[in-house]
Amino acid sequence: MSDSLNVPTMASYLAEGKQPEVLFWVGCAGSFDDRAKKITKAFVKILNNTNVDFAVLGTEEGCTGDPAKRAGNEFLFQMQAMTNIEVLNGYEVKKIVTACPHCFNTIKNEYPSLGGNYEVVHHTQFLKQLLNEGRLKVEGGKFKGKRITYHDPCYLGRANGEYEAPRDLLRKLEVELVEMKSCKSKGLCCGAGGAQMFKDAEKGDKEVNIHRTEQAVDVKPDVIAAGCPFCNTMMTDGVKNKEKQDDIAVLDVVEMIANAEDL
Amino acid sequence: MLEYLPQILFIIVLVGAVLFFIKNVSSLKRNINLGKEIDQSDRKDQRFKKMMRVALGQSKMVARPIAGILHIIVYVGFIIINIEVLEIMIDGIAGTHRIFGFLGPVYDFLISSFEILAFLVLVSVILFWIRRNMMNIKRFMSKELKGWPKNDANYILYFEVVLMVLFLTMNATDYQLQLLGASHYASEAGITGSFPISQYLLPLFDGMSVESLVIVERTAWWLHIVGILIFLNYLYYSKHLHILLAFPNVYFSRLDDLGKFKNLDAVTKEVKMMMDPDADPYAEPEGGDDDIPEKFGASDVQDLNWFQLLSAYTCTECGRCTSECPANQTGKKLSPRKIMMDTRDRLEEVGQKLNNKEEVTADNQLLDNYISREELWACTTCNACVDACPIGIDPLSIIMDMRQYLVMEESAAPVELNNAMSNIENNSAPWPYNQQDRLDWAKEEA
Repeated sequence: MSDSLNVPTMASYLAEGKQPEVLFWVGCAGSFDDRAKKITKAFVKILNNTNVDFAVLGTEEGCTGDPAKRAGNEFLFQMQAMTNIEVLNGYEVKKIVTACPHCFNTIKNEYPSLGGNYEVVHHTQFLKQLLNEGRLKVEGGKFKGKRITYHDPCYLGRANGEYEAPRDLLRKLEVELVEMKSCKSKGLCCGAGGAQMFKDAEKGDKEVNIHRTEQAVDVKPDVIAAGCPFCNTMMTDGVKNKEKQDDIAVLDVVEMIANAEDL
Repeated sequence: MLEYLPQILFIIVLVGAVLFFIKNVSSLKRNINLGKEIDQSDRKDQRFKKMMRVALGQSKMVARPIAGILHIIVYVGFIIINIEVLEIMIDGIAGTHRIFGFLGPVYDFLISSFEILAFLVLVSVILFWIRRNMMNIKRFMSKELKGWPKNDANYILYFEVVLMVLFLTMNATDYQLQLLGASHYASEAGITGSFPISQYLLPLFDGMSVESLVIVERTAWWLHIVGILIFLNYLYYSKHLHILLAFPNVYFSRLDDLGKFKNLDAVTKEVKMMMDPDADPYAEPEGGDDDIPEKFGASDVQDLNWFQLLSAYTCTECGRCTSECPANQTGKKLSPRKIMMDTRDRLEEVGQKLNNKEEVTADNQLLDNYISREELWACTTCNACVDACPIGIDPLSIIMDMRQYLVMEESAAPVELNNAMSNIENNSAPWPYNQQDRLDWAKEEA
């Protein structure tokens, strides 16, 4: 496996008169946040390795508007949405995969009535599809037998009903999957949603991410698996706060698959 | 003439109670209709099925098994025992004794089921009272339940106890009178009805004269039926409206994925015009000013839609929403239950003003006077409250409408959020990174 990633853009595809199988929507965190960029790269490694024909928008991509909408700024949200829809429709995009549940939810649920209709999948759903089609092989690897607890991102789980795809992938890694006290439809938020990521929390007894991390620490995992760049940040901070960073790793499901395969 | 007095009296009480109930229902309808129009009439099949499953079938109640099962007993008891109320009413109007008695074994089966259910209801209600008052269950201890809401919940439990005791007393004395062969009660065909529970009360009435027994039986009968009529009219003032409104509320509740928030059409028109290079910026908007709402979002109850107002009246204040709320669990002021209770309280206040023909002004409103900004900004939009509600209430939609008002009408977002939003506006990311650098990660070391 080479060290460099192959990341074609939609513009280059158009220049060659080609249409990729899927558009990879990277998202703001996946593009700029140092921790989230690792998730982006791990996903691209798998895409490259399984010869998935994909492309990104690159500099033509912009915030989906999710934080603006949930902060109450409908105007800014729709400006972002319509700008993105114009670009996506210009490229006649049919299918989108993203590693961010917020981008996933917004494009899937809130773009259609503004003229943006695409098949949108979360990266864990996409990997599951690859697995089912026999294009991706996942077996054991270095997480085999390790205790893993999966944290449901609100906007993938409760908001869109996807609880099993990420868990199925983890089971393929032959891990010991343990559930936290609050999981699946009762999953506890990491504290970042609804634009909270970008502001200080209101006064209370403790931070939401600490509360959630305590639930995770209670089941004594080796790894907290996440499926959202914001959850990842919140849980990583929580684990540091509990001074458990040497015992508990916080990893995205796709990083675990890439690492297991030693890509 | 005098012999018809009880019947005439009963008819007067019944008609009075029904008329008062109708008056309350019309206030309820008027208040709910103060809300904005929203179309929830699509997918009727799916809505009906959801109502049967969630409201009639109580499918979400059992997410908490103890409270859920006790609630189902009280609910089934309430519905089934009300079949008996039909007979009680007919007897009251016609002056008959157990008019359905001719059903024979079927009647015996019905009466014995009512008795067993009445007993189970009694037990459940006592357990409910213990849970609510003695077990320090957190969702019953919250600040918003102090005072009236707590009393309201207990009054209903006392009501249930009294009604069930009266029902069983009525049956026991009736049975005793039948055994004594008292006229009007006894029938040549033998005992009418079967009394598996109230038979154990017979020793209490041993040795009482027929006259005294009739007085006890009639008193229990009257108090029972009048109690039910009072209960019916108490509903409007109580969280117990849910026994009626849970059905329409679930029917009209959201069917889409919980993550799908509605897009404001008025904004869509404006944004489309801004993005259209051919648009004349000075042109009158199509359709005149009608398309532009008076205000964006909600600062008072009239800015919410009728479904949200219906939900405020439907809320049973069980607090499952609040106990699942991450903000509430970590000690923030936000409580989704309080959002619903405040909405109802404010709506009632507006309704009272309308009754008194007073002007409804904004110096007292839902925002600030009932719901603080601190509560609104503590929400993570995680939808745990929406998922937890056993009857399809969506407190999050009210929080979102009020945030929209704060940001779009008052530009009153927290400073850090304003920074994030201006970043999105300027460089299309919530952080101050240049959009031209968006693909830089691909050039970095893998």
